[in-house]
Amino acid sequence: MTASHLKVLENEAIHVMREVAAQFERPGLLFSGGKDSIVMVHLAKKAFFPAKIPFPLIHIDTGHNFPETLIFRDELVEKLGVRLIVGLVQESIDQGLVEEETGPEASRNALQTVTLLETLKKHQIDAALGGGRRDEEKARAKERFFSHRDIFGQWDPKKQRPELWSLYNGLKNQGEQFRVFPISNWTEMDVWQYIAMEQIEIPQIYFAHRRKVFNRRGTLLDDCPFIQKYPEEKAEEMVVRFRTIGDATCTGAVISRASTLEEIIQEVAAARNTERGNRHDDKRSETAMEDRKRAGYF
Amino acid sequence: MQQNFSSSAYLNMDLLRFTTAGSVDDGKSTLIGRLLYDSKSIFEDQMEAIERTSQMTGEDGVNLALLTDGLRAEREQKITIDVAYRYFATPRRKFIIADTPGHEQYTRNMVTGASTADLAIILIDAKNGITTQSRRHAFISSLLQIPHLVVAVNKMDLVNFSEERFLEIKKEFDEISERIDVDNITFIPISALLGDNIVNKSENMPWYNGSTLLHTLENVKIGSRKNTIDFRLPVQYVLRPNQSFRGFSGTISSGTVRQGDEIIVLPSMRESRVKEIWSDQKTVDSASAGQSVVLTMANELDISRGDMIVRKNNVPQIRSEFEAQVCWMHEQSMTIGKKYLLMHTTRTVQVIPQALLYRMNVNTFHRENDETLGLNEIGRLRLVTSQPLFADPYKLNNETGSFIIMDPATKVTVAAGMIRPPSTEPIKPDRTDDVSLHRAGKKHSPEAVWEPWNIPREVREERAKQTAKVVWFTGISGSGKSTVARALEKRLWEQGRQTMLLDGDQLRHGLCSDLGFSPEDRAENIRRVGEVARLFFEHGNIVLCTFVSPYKADRDLVRALLPEGRFIEIHVTCLTQTAQERDPKGLYKKAREGKITGLTGFDAGHEAPDKPELQIDTDNMSVDDAVDLVLSRI
Repeated sequence: MTASHLKVLENEAIHVMREVAAQFERPGLLFSGGKDSIVMVHLAKKAFFPAKIPFPLIHIDTGHNFPETLIFRDELVEKLGVRLIVGLVQESIDQGLVEEETGPEASRNALQTVTLLETLKKHQIDAALGGGRRDEEKARAKERFFSHRDIFGQWDPKKQRPELWSLYNGLKNQGEQFRVFPISNWTEMDVWQYIAMEQIEIPQIYFAHRRKVFNRRGTLLDDCPFIQKYPEEKAEEMVVRFRTIGDATCTGAVISRASTLEEIIQEVAAARNTERGNRHDDKRSETAMEDRKRAGYF
Repeated sequence: MQQNFSSSAYLNMDLLRFTTAGSVDDGKSTLIGRLLYDSKSIFEDQMEAIERTSQMTGEDGVNLALLTDGLRAEREQKITIDVAYRYFATPRRKFIIADTPGHEQYTRNMVTGASTADLAIILIDAKNGITTQSRRHAFISSLLQIPHLVVAVNKMDLVNFSEERFLEIKKEFDEISERIDVDNITFIPISALLGDNIVNKSENMPWYNGSTLLHTLENVKIGSRKNTIDFRLPVQYVLRPNQSFRGFSGTISSGTVRQGDEIIVLPSMRESRVKEIWSDQKTVDSASAGQSVVLTMANELDISRGDMIVRKNNVPQIRSEFEAQVCWMHEQSMTIGKKYLLMHTTRTVQVIPQALLYRMNVNTFHRENDETLGLNEIGRLRLVTSQPLFADPYKLNNETGSFIIMDPATKVTVAAGMIRPPSTEPIKPDRTDDVSLHRAGKKHSPEAVWEPWNIPREVREERAKQTAKVVWFTGISGSGKSTVARALEKRLWEQGRQTMLLDGDQLRHGLCSDLGFSPEDRAENIRRVGEVARLFFEHGNIVLCTFVSPYKADRDLVRALLPEGRFIEIHVTCLTQTAQERDPKGLYKKAREGKITGLTGFDAGHEAPDKPELQIDTDNMSVDDAVDLVLSRI
């Protein structure tokens, strides 16, 4: 009998994580509180069991969180007994490294990149594990498992190393670093199916719940203090859930009654929009993601 | 197509990795776009985005190819320049497509995509028929041992869905099939643009009774790449959560391991038994290829990353000299004799490419002679590693038979290789071989079967209680090479060493009597000397060679013939005046009289070694002191 697709993907991710632990001196796992990074932590737990996860979790905190995310993060860290490193975007703003956007469209999403690079530098992280998937966006379809970044943390699509079989080249010169994506080959559907199969706990806001939201050009944004509404925008209570969880200012909710994992899987199967379709940040241009990656985004 | 992922049916889905090869013109992107579109793996917003772009660039209808051409450079140049991975699923199976471009310069990407694929789709334009690219795709699929090949004859709509045309192409492809090593080849007539025979059976081709493309993809057997016999566990990472637990983690490359199995650890050759197998946070009775596990041993063994755990009675080859098919993937060509790094399973060692046996023309399947491999070239190499690899031939075991080569300075991956069976096993002549191409007198004789030494050098060395070496004296005529070497050999002989002295005159009177003193003849002379020295070396001798050998490249070639540390290059020097006064063979006199030209040290230069193991200045050192100095180094 052949192994199920989820088991194949799981083994591949575990293999990659162990390679990272073995090949790098100071790896870290980027943890956003979203489902992909929760799955990553679950996989890391499996990869090193019965030992503890041998690297810290790194949270780049925009300060514009859904409160549920931080509670979930702190409980998880305590349960696993791993170290947590928090990089605060607010700190980057206070230090004058970045300038805060203002107005109703203001978002700290773009500022994260600077905080991320600063945090990695400060803790001398030479490999940052991320939950990026190739199905998310066209520019990511060509991303490697071991993604090389130059000393500025930048990604050059022409300088990526060919990856063959299950051989991952993590050699680097002084100052260079890697982003590593163990779940590269997973799709959104795979992630949900895996969460269901493994019964992984995820924050409640992924399930249908009542929430005050307002509609901005087709995206339902959370009525939270971080977003300034235009005068004509009115918040109303709806039954919604989130398909991704990131910075609250740019993560849209979808109208949904899915309150169990099986219902979510059904909904994802029938969905007519990609999950990033609700990300305001990707809509700026056709190559928005590629441009941000070149600058050092996850 | 019905998207039914209800009630955990997904727990029984499996996964097929396949690669698509073909150029934009063959409709490859359109085919992938079609598979994604018809399997409802494209979302509305993606569709809208490409509709917008299609309109902006003034194209008719929706260009499905835009779905796959992601990077900006590709959009600008309208070509695909890198391997892109695409995903779609049906209720039966999840699919990973490695989408590789077909241009000549991107053999590298095709090899990369093929390295993990269970199946390759080769696209052929029905109008144009088989092209050089089709041959190249077929060859690479075969080289990488992809078990299933689907030949999709596309654009059938442009040839009036003609069965004759389809059969013609199929027949033409047979000529390729005969020369490649793929077991299962399926031919399907399709139209990616219109969707014929992709998901649904074509109404335009009632004469075709076979499966549609998707049906083929859904039903082909998975996992035939895996070796289920030979248990191999390359150790990835050692887990030590506490003093009493020492677990060895890794992904099983091949075979099965059971609790209680008697194992052996390479390279230490220490034996033990498997105490526990941890998988998925619990202990299990057995585990097999593809599973990530943690093993514990019955007794405490020193095992670390790069070691390999195997079954006691089933051990891979332990070799530091081997032949491999190598695809060069970097703009900077390979340098024979240069030290690179090699990653094989979880082990990274130093490697030196010793010789290119031949280069394979991937378009014609012919073998060609050359000195090196450049970007996107494939050839057979002889390689030597600093430490042994625990390897199986690629054909038997993809995981333990494959490696990558990395540049030690830039750290980038420059090549990928597949290990050939060792020469003790009879080698079947390749079907891709064109013997007519080999002519006598060429430097390489690819058709010669390399037989290993009957009695290995290591065994001879042990009996002679010495380490075989080649000590190479280079310098101008009269510098004192022969004098030092002769005294040295006598001293070694007195110590009971087994030696051989080769000097220029001896060989030039016999083996090299057909050669003169032109740079080409000098190069050939040194090449022959190097090979002779190697034979004596393999016999376990300390071989002393005294040759003017003015060219660095020639000496480096000899160095590359020998294992690391066994070639001792000694630069013997003295003042030109001293050499001319000594003039042991009267050569300088002849040169002065104009009877000979091109004499090294007179009217021809000597290229000094950059880093000789030793330099002897015979103006300032006695013969005895020189001998002592050399002895201290060998």
